[in-house]
Amino acid sequence: MRVRAQMSMLFHLDKCIGCHTCSVACKNLWTDRKGAEYMWWNNVETRPGTGYPTGWEDQEHYKGGWWRDDKGRVHLKIQNQPVGLARLFFNPNLPQLDDYYDPFTFRYQDLFDSPQGDQQPTAQPISMITGDEMEIESGPNWDDDLGGSGIYARNDPSLDGVDPDVRAQMEEIERVVFNYLPRICNHCLNPSCVAACPSGAIYKRAEDGVVLVHEDKCRAWRMCVSACPYKKVYYNWSTGKSEKCILCFPRMETGQAPACAHSCVGRIRYMGVLLYDADAIEEVVHAPDDELLQAQMDAILDPFDPKVIAEAKAAGIGDDWIDSAQNSPAWKFVKEWGLALPLHPEYRTAAMMFYIPPLSPVMSTIERNLVKLDLGTEEHDFELFHQLEKARLPLEYLANLFSVGDHEVIKKILRKMLAVRMYKRRQSVEGFVDGATMAALEAAGTHPDEVEAIYKMTTLPTMEERFVLPPYHREMAIEELNDPLAHKGAVGVGYIDPPRRGA
Amino acid sequence: MSGNEMLFVVFPYAAFALLVVVSIARWRLHQFTVSSMSSQLLESRRLFWGSIPFHWGLTLILVGHLAALIVPRSFELWNAVPLQLLLLEITGMALGLWALFGIVVLISRRIQVPRVRSVTTTMDAVVLGVILAQIVTGLLIAIGYRWGSFWGTAVFVPYVRSLLSFSPRPELVAALPVVLKLHVLSFFVFVAIFPFSRLVHIITLPLNYLTRPWQKVVRNAPEPYVYQPSADEFLTRR
Repeated sequence: MRVRAQMSMLFHLDKCIGCHTCSVACKNLWTDRKGAEYMWWNNVETRPGTGYPTGWEDQEHYKGGWWRDDKGRVHLKIQNQPVGLARLFFNPNLPQLDDYYDPFTFRYQDLFDSPQGDQQPTAQPISMITGDEMEIESGPNWDDDLGGSGIYARNDPSLDGVDPDVRAQMEEIERVVFNYLPRICNHCLNPSCVAACPSGAIYKRAEDGVVLVHEDKCRAWRMCVSACPYKKVYYNWSTGKSEKCILCFPRMETGQAPACAHSCVGRIRYMGVLLYDADAIEEVVHAPDDELLQAQMDAILDPFDPKVIAEAKAAGIGDDWIDSAQNSPAWKFVKEWGLALPLHPEYRTAAMMFYIPPLSPVMSTIERNLVKLDLGTEEHDFELFHQLEKARLPLEYLANLFSVGDHEVIKKILRKMLAVRMYKRRQSVEGFVDGATMAALEAAGTHPDEVEAIYKMTTLPTMEERFVLPPYHREMAIEELNDPLAHKGAVGVGYIDPPRRGA
Repeated sequence: MSGNEMLFVVFPYAAFALLVVVSIARWRLHQFTVSSMSSQLLESRRLFWGSIPFHWGLTLILVGHLAALIVPRSFELWNAVPLQLLLLEITGMALGLWALFGIVVLISRRIQVPRVRSVTTTMDAVVLGVILAQIVTGLLIAIGYRWGSFWGTAVFVPYVRSLLSFSPRPELVAALPVVLKLHVLSFFVFVAIFPFSRLVHIITLPLNYLTRPWQKVVRNAPEPYVYQPSADEFLTRR
């Protein structure tokens, strides 16, 4: 066992209202620069839908992630090493700018310079790359709230494997359904961007698991962009360097939550330490499809286990980090309560950001296999509880997103969440919890104490409970690298080389 | 000092000195600027037709030139058989035309595609111009002064070797036709602009990708070092 720590973010999809505040906070902080205008390190997609960049889940097209051959060996989907070098001059799997969108602004001066006329003047949209006038034809959230519609949903690869009848029903206007999926870099345990970088410019930080691009070492071979199955490495066309989500490590090092999580209006995001076994990664990566998810969950270690604590200390993880891991909301949701799953584990990158799948809208009831939209009484909770396969958002769809197609995993989670809802509703509305609800709790594999804990962490957590950030002791790390007295009176240490375009 | 000495002794040494000194300085002080500056994100289809012939054509031709410089005797022996000489000349000519096709596509792409034009710097134009001059003069020599791979070992190799051994003999190239001189001079210009342009990406060819483990985990403290004991090297090829 070799214990390492991972800063892990958790997304409670039931609470996401799709407001894009996270995206804007991230944009303002990190990507409001030339060459980065089109990048959204954090984006929010409407699901079912094609996402950003368009169709990023189509790995036959983009060749992201890893694949396992018949003999159980695992290969990078885009290339082996010699092929990687041979394709330095041209990468056949690179997404094009139009797969993202042509970043635009408006010529606001037109509003002042226009000649007098009958109509109000308008600001002409212009490309932020060429400065030429343009028609705006796409954007990072172009299909916002249209996800459920046939136009965008039909092209969602995660709908493959969903029963054709169910798909047909989903396209009926009464059944159109969508939910939101916020995405950042998953800071994987087996990142394919790292493996694909010919220069070795990308690495995973041992102390907190953040995956970073060393900008000085990046040579614009751009294999990382294709190799990341989540399309979360971006190529800055101006500086000629790849960039990606840095999990706001400068904020975390100073005790602040990442900007996307901090600004989250729905308070859907949680942040905490997960301890994992680095020796188990090999096993996770090579596990067959049906054992993949479990293998990854097993690689996450119990921070209360004395053996794990001893090993963690031996690996140089301090008491304060172990303490954080024990209080981590990520640990609670992912392992203790078993409610959260990684996005697309079948990419075999062992993604370390976790999602609590959404309970599909429960404002509908099922009657003779048809969905009625009128609001029902509490009894309908039970109806859904026992017939989750008839939920408006098909289990198969969620299973394709989060559990390699295993919808039993999703069902278990949704039942537990529904049980929490039923229990708290009986308790607060009717003042007592009846036997049927207690039976439902038992069927969902939970008990009142756990229900109260889940309820509290879901609905009433304080900032400190949502973001359990360990102390980084960067000041001590810096002291070991640089003599603080030598830099006395100076502003920071090191030198600044402006990120200007090379010739 | 004669003009010939200026061009074929002072200039090449100055160019190589620039290459070494400025490349090292840029690497150490401004490594952020060292990049191949790919524009594939902005335009891909024409890059395919330009970049692949351009890079592979030039690389193979460069290998041929280096081989002539390093093992001229083997070259002469190979060329002693007329059929083999013909084969070599045809191959060289084909590669040159292939590279010419590539650079023409690349230049037209730079001019015609608005997105690519907007990221084009003056140095990009200079680089393309110099390389175009080299390809064109090379092809003109191949056509006008036939069997270059045959006489080249006798004419150019002693000159280049004289430079490399720091006992320059510019008289060896003094009487050559203008096209041949231009071909040599444009190479020295290439060397001189190398450290100031995107050409530096040539020395960053990431050969160690062939041997490094897939994953890379780095610990920040106490000092940044690549942390990879055996178990970290998972997914090394089996």
